[in-house]
Parts: sequence; structure tokens; C-alpha cells
Amino acid sequence: MSPRSSTQDPWWVRALVLSLVAVFLGLILVLPLVSVFAEALRQGLGPALEAMSTPDATASIKLTLLTAAVAVPFNIVFGVAAAWAVAKHEFWGKSLLISLIDVPFSVSPVVAGLIYVLIFGSHGWFGSWLIDHNIKIIFAVPGIMLATLFVTFPFVARELIPLMQEQGVDEEEAAASMGAGGWMTLWRVTTPNIRWGLLYGVLLCNARAMGEFGAVSVVSGHIRGLTNTMPLHVEILYNEYDFVGAFSVAALLCLLSILTLILKGLLEMLQPQVRRAGR
Amino acid sequence: MTISIRSVEKQFARYPALRGVSLEVQPGELLALLGPSGSGKTTLLRIIAGLEFPEAGQVAFDDQDVTFASAAARKVGFVFQQYALFRHMTVAKNIAFGLDVRKAKDRPARAEINRRVEELLGLVELGGLGGRYPAQLSGGQRQRVALARALAVSPQVLLLDEPFGALDATVRKSLRKELRRIHNATGVTTIFVTHDQEEALDLADRVAILNQGSIEQVGTPQEVYEQPASAFVCSFVGETNRFDGAVSGGRFVCGSVSLAVDCADGPKTAFVRPHDLVVAPDGFEAQIVRVTAQGPVIQIEAQTASDQPIEISLARQDAGSIAVGLTLRLAARKIHLFDPAD
Repeated sequence: MSPRSSTQDPWWVRALVLSLVAVFLGLILVLPLVSVFAEALRQGLGPALEAMSTPDATASIKLTLLTAAVAVPFNIVFGVAAAWAVAKHEFWGKSLLISLIDVPFSVSPVVAGLIYVLIFGSHGWFGSWLIDHNIKIIFAVPGIMLATLFVTFPFVARELIPLMQEQGVDEEEAAASMGAGGWMTLWRVTTPNIRWGLLYGVLLCNARAMGEFGAVSVVSGHIRGLTNTMPLHVEILYNEYDFVGAFSVAALLCLLSILTLILKGLLEMLQPQVRRAGR
Repeated sequence: MTISIRSVEKQFARYPALRGVSLEVQPGELLALLGPSGSGKTTLLRIIAGLEFPEAGQVAFDDQDVTFASAAARKVGFVFQQYALFRHMTVAKNIAFGLDVRKAKDRPARAEINRRVEELLGLVELGGLGGRYPAQLSGGQRQRVALARALAVSPQVLLLDEPFGALDATVRKSLRKELRRIHNATGVTTIFVTHDQEEALDLADRVAILNQGSIEQVGTPQEVYEQPASAFVCSFVGETNRFDGAVSGGRFVCGSVSLAVDCADGPKTAFVRPHDLVVAPDGFEAQIVRVTAQGPVIQIEAQTASDQPIEISLARQDAGSIAVGLTLRLAARKIHLFDPAD
């Protein structure tokens, strides 16, 4: 039997595969997205915009953006540092570090939230010390930051480690042999080679930081206007049968995600030579 | 610049990569580190470059001890086996890298760097390709870029790790000439690693042959070929027939093979190059199994009366009548004898 390339498959196989993909994409991705926007705009644009601009809603939007603005840079620094250490160096405890990075993937976010309550809550290990020093972590913004950092911890590092391992240390050694110091090598050789992986990791991290519900829900305390992020605000509105309000905020959350995707596309278009060079 | 390597030792996990290696490389010399894989040749090269550091011993450039100096401080040019070109930079940027990363006060002006890049592109015959990315080049072109990049910083030493290993045979041959030409043009002390004995003998001024972490012999290609210092060198460099036997009363005997030698009695290993076997009426017998006639030399595979396969190269005019199945009588023009320790 002669080998057949995929382009020579019979038409009905192609049609079947393509329509299967189309149906699943439609059911699982497109339909829910469309319905979010449809529900939000059920009574027209006016009520939707109104629901987004209530003081509680704007406070939740600000808090969500602030959380992402803290979590993403932290994860960039940590992710690049961890991936660089794991992929380019040999040291004692390396496999332990890799396992630790994965912990947030394997632990339920709710459990993660509870751990922070156990440590920093008023009855927790540091509870009385924190109260004495008038520091509030649980049911306050720092707790939300901590919980978000915990759940977004692996995204950048996990994206970069396989990429950097595959690239090896040849280019770094070449840079060193030409007189480049550690920072110079990191900045001019290592980072440019991982920028697309890094960007992808940042997008995932950002999406998760803005969308996290479980862990944040446990430590937030749901104080309107103070400790409610957008996902928590959506739940509250939904439970109060304010469907237009809930779907309006949800639609805004979707828009933020779509915006990051568009940003990624734009960045890639601005760097055409990278695609030519393979990555 | 003279490179002195003194009793260098290096251990990887539990197996020793280098056991007390000493070597002196003369200024302007083109030296090959030749050995099978796992012989420690790449490790030695990386220690000279400052990419690895020895457990014991010393590396000196001229009279300066650089044993633990960083790669950056040593001013060496290193060409990696897979080239390690910066994939996100153009060819010109790759070549300029070593100059670009210098501190502002040591960095040449932009125009000066551009001039140097153009000059190097010309040297490696890649003029006009400065704007390409490594992914757009062929293997041979990448190799030339790697060479130009290593030379850009005007290194005191040029080190190449299996420089032609990833290339096909024709490109390899032409790049070999190229490296020789560039070496002559720049005069920089050059050390390259290879497992290909033909490459080493063809290109190098001197060859250092490594085996299992030790240097077995250092010498000109002619010396290591004609006066091998050990059984390993003799069998690794060039084609050879090996006979394990003993010397008794001025004759070396191994099965049906008997050769006149000038050596004390005792068990010996004898090596005879295929072209050192000659037709002689009083020689040992060998039956021809296969004949390959290419050009002026006829390659013969034969079998001795004690069933040992041997190879013979005969000049066409000396060969007489040669055909499969015929029996030749052979003697050795030259024999290399070693104690059978290895």
C-alpha cells in the first residue's frame, strides 16, 4: 500500500472531521460566549452599561484589574527565574522545585483559599499577631492578592521550562565565550528566545488572575465595593436575580479576555521575522 | 599565544573524563584533538575555553594561569558543534554580538563594528547575507557564520568543537580547506576537536590523540601515522591489519601468518598497514575474497590460511594477476609491534 498524505484523504473524511470540530467549537466555545453577550444586551445597551457603572461594579472592576496587575508582573519575574534555574542549571533539590511549582495545579483552589484563612485568619497561626499589629489579610485585598498569586503561580514557569530545556545552554555558552556577562546574556540571548512562550504564559496567567473564583471567594469575605472581584460580583448579582447586571459584568470580563488575545495577535504581527525564524 | 595544559583532571559523576592530561600548544599552531567519542576531547576543549573547570591541574595562556578564569575573561573564540547561533538575530547581529556586548568605553563605534562585520562576512565568503536569519541559511553557511562570530572579538585562541560534524561530505571537504585558509589568513592559534582521523590528519599541523581521558600521542600527522606510540593510536589512525601473536627467534607468528621482525621474544600485537603488505615469493599465504579496483590502487580483502581476514592495498603495476579465489604470498614492508597490554 502506498503511503497517503492527509491531503489525499477522501472528501467525506475531511468533511466529517471538519464538521465535528465545528460542532464542538460551536457548542462549547461560541454558543456560551454569544449567550453571555445576548443576555447582557437583552434589555438594550443602556441597562447593560448602567449595570457596569454602579459603584459596586466599578469597584469590582478596579480590584480585578489591580489583582491582575500585581499577579502578572510577579509571575513574570518568578516564572522566568524559576524556568531559567530549572532548565539551564543543575542543583540539589531541582526536582523538588519542579514539583512545588506544580502544587497549585493539583490543589483545589478552594483548599488554597482555606490554607490562607488557616494561616492568616483571625483564628489562624499568625492571626493574633496580625490583629495586634493592625494588619488585615483575610477578608481584605492582600488576601485576594495572595490567593491569586497562588493559583497563577505555575503558568509562566510551566510554559517556559520545556521551551528553555529544548533550547539548551549552547547559545548562553556562546554568549559567555564572547564576553557577555550573566545579565547581558539573560537580556539579549535568553529572554528574546523565550518571548513568545513568555507572552503565552502571561496571557494564561492574566486570564486566570482575572477569572479566578474559588480561592478568591474563600478569602474575600464578599464585601461589596471593597473585596469583590468581578467573578464574585457576577455571582452575587446572579444570586439576586439581577440577570442583566450579572451578564453585563460577565460580558465585560469576556471582553477583557478577548482584548488580551487581540493584543497578542498585534504583537505577533509587529514581529514577522520571528515567525520566519521558527518560533 | 602558547597554551599550556598541565596534569588536568576532570570527573563527571563517577567516571573520569580526563586523567592527568598535559599538552603544549604552540603560537599560531593548528592542532587537532582526535579521539573516539567519550575519550574526553570535547571536555578538554571546554576546559581550555573556560566552559568547564578542572578538578586538578592547570591551564595557562602564555605564562598567565587561567585555570579558573571565566570564558568571558579568556578572549577565546568558540565554535559549537551545533553552531549555537542566536536564532533571533540576523547574521550581522550574530557576528557583531561579541563587540556589541562590550562595556561602552571598550566598544568600537557603530560604523567600526559594521565595517568589521562586513570584513568578516567577506572572509568567510558570505558577503551580502548579513540581513538573513540563521534559519534561512544552509548548514555550511551557518558554520561560516559561527566561525565569523567567533573571530569577531579577535580572539587569542580559536576553539572548534567537531566543526564539520553536522555537514555532508562534500561541504565538509570544502569547509576544511576554508578553515585552513582562514587559519593562514588570521594566524590565530587554533584547536579543533574531531573523531574523524582523516579530517585531523588532513587539516592539522599537529594531532593530539586521546583515549579514555588520556593523551596517547602528540605529533605531526606523519609522525602519528608512521610512528604510532601505542597500539590504540596505530589502530585508530589509518587502516591497519591487527595480529595478536608472539615473537620467537626473530619471527612474529600469529596462526598461519609469519613475519620477519627485529625484536625480543615474547607475546606481541602486530599492526601492518594494508599498503605495507607486499607480494613476496617466501611470504605467508592469503586467499583473495574480494577485489575493489579504484584508480591506481587495488584494494584487496583476503583471508589467511588460519582464517583471519586481512586488507591489502597494492599499486596496480605491482599487483600482477589478481582475481577472487587466487592465493597471494605476502610479506610486510613495515610492522608496528606493541606489547599486548591493550
